[in-house]
Amino acid sequence: MTAEHILFFIFGGVSLIGAISVISFRHPIYSALALIVTFFAQAGLFVLLGAHFVAAVQVIVYAGAIMVLFLFVIMLLNLGTLSLKGALSGKLKGFAIILGILLAIEGIYIAVTTLNNPNTAVASSEVAADTSYSISEIGELLFSDYLLPFEVTSLILLAALIGVIVLVKRENQPEN
Amino acid sequence: MNLLIDIVIPIVKMLIIVHMLIIGVMVMIWSERRVSGWIQDRLGPNRVGPQGLLQPIADGIKFLFKEDLIPNHVDKPLYVLAPAMLLVPAMITVAVVPFGSSIELFGETINLQIADINIGVLYILAITSLGVYGVVIGAWASNNKYSLLGGLRSSAQMISYELTLGLSIIGVLMLSESLSLRDIAIAQGEGVWNCFIHLPAFLAFTTAMYAETNRLPFDLAEAEQELVAGYHTEYSSMKFAMFFMAEYMNMIVGSAVTVTLFLGGWHFFGLEQIGGPVWSGIISFAIFFIKTGIFLFVFIWVRWTLPRFRYDQLMNFGWKFLLPVALTSIVVTGTLWIVTNGSQLWIGIGNVVAAFIVISIVAGIFMVDNNKRATIDNTVGSPLSGLDAIE
Repeated sequence: MTAEHILFFIFGGVSLIGAISVISFRHPIYSALALIVTFFAQAGLFVLLGAHFVAAVQVIVYAGAIMVLFLFVIMLLNLGTLSLKGALSGKLKGFAIILGILLAIEGIYIAVTTLNNPNTAVASSEVAADTSYSISEIGELLFSDYLLPFEVTSLILLAALIGVIVLVKRENQPEN
Repeated sequence: MNLLIDIVIPIVKMLIIVHMLIIGVMVMIWSERRVSGWIQDRLGPNRVGPQGLLQPIADGIKFLFKEDLIPNHVDKPLYVLAPAMLLVPAMITVAVVPFGSSIELFGETINLQIADINIGVLYILAITSLGVYGVVIGAWASNNKYSLLGGLRSSAQMISYELTLGLSIIGVLMLSESLSLRDIAIAQGEGVWNCFIHLPAFLAFTTAMYAETNRLPFDLAEAEQELVAGYHTEYSSMKFAMFFMAEYMNMIVGSAVTVTLFLGGWHFFGLEQIGGPVWSGIISFAIFFIKTGIFLFVFIWVRWTLPRFRYDQLMNFGWKFLLPVALTSIVVTGTLWIVTNGSQLWIGIGNVVAAFIVISIVAGIFMVDNNKRATIDNTVGSPLSGLDAIE
């Protein structure tokens, strides 16, 4: 049991507890905070895998930016305690059940195939030991092998940006 | 020997740096009150100890002995958690800041830094972006309209200025070719300080940092005349003291980061290389300490000189002036780096010229916009036209 193992169980446990708390807290603010804890623990897991850049970006983008906006919306709408019955009704309930079953099958499939494959355990430990992806490597990959997806993503973001400006901008009209 | 290097030295470093931070907070509180007294031509606290130096300790004792009141209408778990959520990010940011070159002790080279991680700058951005939760959660949990307004203002401001904070560093990162704060500082020791190469980015970064720390002229979150005390209105005793300490810690850490990124870190024109392996380390530490101190003095100076921004001015300034300046600095630095083969002189000149052009364009758009609005006001009947009629 090395220090890395201990840290893995700490981060994994925290992210599991956080994820369960997200859906079990009654108040949306507590749920949002639990989600932030989950993101943070996952960033810790990324660090253990040697992906420092991904860990930092995880915290900056998800925990630092997106969740703040979530909290904002929850506070401004002043949402009270939500009950599970009220939140899940009719069509949404059926959809949630189907999605849940699909995700469960997926998770079990991945777990079973990974555990049955003797190569995975060895390979993953070697990967974790050797490779610590530096930012320059990630940058080179983004601008060579993954250039097209990268540019497409940037176009989508640009479209979203323009959309927001169009929605928010009001023309200066004389008030009559 | 291995045990010493791996465990004892990092623990000693952490203890020293955390205590330096806390003592730094006390010195800052004292010096802010004394300097403000000096600027306003009065004395400031000078009764407790020589020159009032023990005043922060007296304040701390007072805070500890006050009743720790938790009002009935608050959301108790979050109300208790919020001060810690602000204080902890402020304290752990300091882990990646290099305080000096290195010292050789017991035959080992010890870097004057807790952790030299290869994503140092990103770590700082990530952790400072978490500081906003303390403010928002504290404001919401207080269940008080002044607190909530203060919290919302503060978080909107912190999100807006975070962009400038992150983008203005990118030029520096491009020229240093590293995200490690130690590498950036070393690169400045070999070349020119970054504040000369990236002058507009440096000014934008400093301004954004004032906004991030919620200091005047950006302290709308706790505007006393409007919001009582903003997000910490409902806090008393040591919890209030924790908010207070977090603000000063953010200032100290922010100054240290600025010194590292833009003002040459522990370098001062070769002075840091004087002496042997031990003395040069101590001198480099002293240089860093003095630079940070000067920057902190500017913090106080600005607070007692500039009036507070209005809310729309704050947003306009952040989004329409600072952000374009930061973005231009990225484009200009990158382009000139390729065109002039990395000539620092040309990049420096190009940055300043480009910033001037951008600011004049934005200001021009602003004036046209304002004129348009003024003519519309006149046709409809501006508030002032009524006054003319009375006269």
